[in-house]
Amino acid sequence: MTTMAPDAGAQDTTAHEAVFDAAVAAEERIEPRDWMPDAYRATLVRQIAQHAHSEIIGMQPEANWITRAPSLRRKAILMAKVQDEAGHGLYLYSAAETLGTGRDELLDKLHSGRQKYSSIFNYPTLTWADVGAIGWLVDGAAITNQVPLCRCSYGPYARAMVRICKEESFHQRQGYELLLALSRGTEAQHAMAQDAVDRWWWPSLMMFGPPDAESSHSAQSMAWKIKRHSNDELRQRFVDICVPQAASLGLTLPDPDLRWNEERGHHDFGAIDWTEFQDVLRGNGPCNDQRIGQRRRAHEEGAWVREAAAAYAAKHGKATA
Amino acid sequence: MTDAPVTLGEAPLATAALALGDDALVLSHRLGEWAGHAPVLEEEVALANIALDLLGQARTLLSLAGDEDELAYLREERSFRNAQLVEQPNGDFARTIARQLYFSVHQHLLYGQLAAGDGPFAPLAGKAVKEVAYHRDHAEHWTLRLGDGTEESHARMQRALDALWRYTGELFEPVEGLSVDWTALREGWLAAVTEVVERATLKLPDGPQSGAWTAGAGRQGIHTEPFGRMLAEMQHLHRSHPGASW
Repeated sequence: MTTMAPDAGAQDTTAHEAVFDAAVAAEERIEPRDWMPDAYRATLVRQIAQHAHSEIIGMQPEANWITRAPSLRRKAILMAKVQDEAGHGLYLYSAAETLGTGRDELLDKLHSGRQKYSSIFNYPTLTWADVGAIGWLVDGAAITNQVPLCRCSYGPYARAMVRICKEESFHQRQGYELLLALSRGTEAQHAMAQDAVDRWWWPSLMMFGPPDAESSHSAQSMAWKIKRHSNDELRQRFVDICVPQAASLGLTLPDPDLRWNEERGHHDFGAIDWTEFQDVLRGNGPCNDQRIGQRRRAHEEGAWVREAAAAYAAKHGKATA
Repeated sequence: MTDAPVTLGEAPLATAALALGDDALVLSHRLGEWAGHAPVLEEEVALANIALDLLGQARTLLSLAGDEDELAYLREERSFRNAQLVEQPNGDFARTIARQLYFSVHQHLLYGQLAAGDGPFAPLAGKAVKEVAYHRDHAEHWTLRLGDGTEESHARMQRALDALWRYTGELFEPVEGLSVDWTALREGWLAAVTEVVERATLKLPDGPQSGAWTAGAGRQGIHTEPFGRMLAEMQHLHRSHPGASW
């Protein structure tokens, strides 16, 4: 859909809307210069920003272990992973920029608490095994959520997601492999892996968002083909993927109600503690203040560097870093 | 893998591999400390990229001297052979850039010489010199931006150049096992660094490039106080699980 420039007769919103609806229905991509409903634009900016913020805040719990990684090979893998997350942040802020909202504005909203990031990063990484659990479970859940976004109706977001999903699935395999090494290692290493999975399992299930009946943005996003599957569908898919993987890892999932349901063709699982989810979302998680505090501090302490780059570019007529 | 602290072999090849490998390992670690703290997202990517290049070089070099993990995780402070410059704490972004400038110009010229020779380090240096050219470019560009940016950035960059100057002399102390023209290396380095620093409207410090008692000290296993804490953090987990595989 590239025929309608934004200035080409913007009077007739109904006609524009018809073209937009037809393009979405026909699975065509909406591109930055196409007309789009204001609410569609706002929804995308909110979602892409939250995703970008999650990438850069998500660097913190893993960067926490870079300086302590127990082998040089693992250290290289972890540094590359954290670097990928910074790269994902860059693509996503650029995708948001195509909708008319710049990175500075979005960072300002993150720093002032007006925009959110994924609550999962408000949990601490207490041991080395947490790096593996994040890769296996958190990246695994993220992929389950994000693969359908590669077919999102908004072109720049869909294309960014193709690249991001490839890298995320690499991270997921690395996390699995890290846990496998621990699980098959010494008794202490095995216990470390089990403890990490025990702590990360439920928060990972919460990453899919509230149950369908209580999800406030879902219906419209599905109609716009920003979202393709419901929260509960994706959560079920994730559980079904994880159960056999946990068995291969030689680790258990901390849910006594988890069992195969022949009739449904899916695993049943226990009730999620949504009180905890809401509490973390409201800012009462173990690391909310720490994460946003570090982000603000890095930004504030870097202000003089960004000012210097801008001043230099102004003097010398070159792009800044 | 043994659990006892590793001691060093004395062969010139091992000595040289450790000097170069420890420089890369330690600087990579310091740059890794920036993750999640960089002043702008592009620098998260750039600093991690440089750290990863250096870690790759370190792994190849340490493997020439022994087992990479034993050497990285089980040696005591006094057995590390890196120059003191690379172990200096990150400080502010200017301090990190000054460290990068001094070191990357040195490493670029050193690896250029090694790559052009026919010694045992030529293949590694030939590959690494291309990576290091990028590190040098990154450091030079930031030196220009900070030096010729704002009043504050200029002052910070000058302070950083001054503070690290006394660790630069050691970079030109001959290392056994490396066939290098050290005089030419020093002259080339001084000319290149002077050119960038002056273009950045900064001044090259005029004090001595090393304290009388510290000349060549890192290569002899004499380090600065912050290095011990850096190693404590780096080695703690590995040492807590003797004999474990990761």
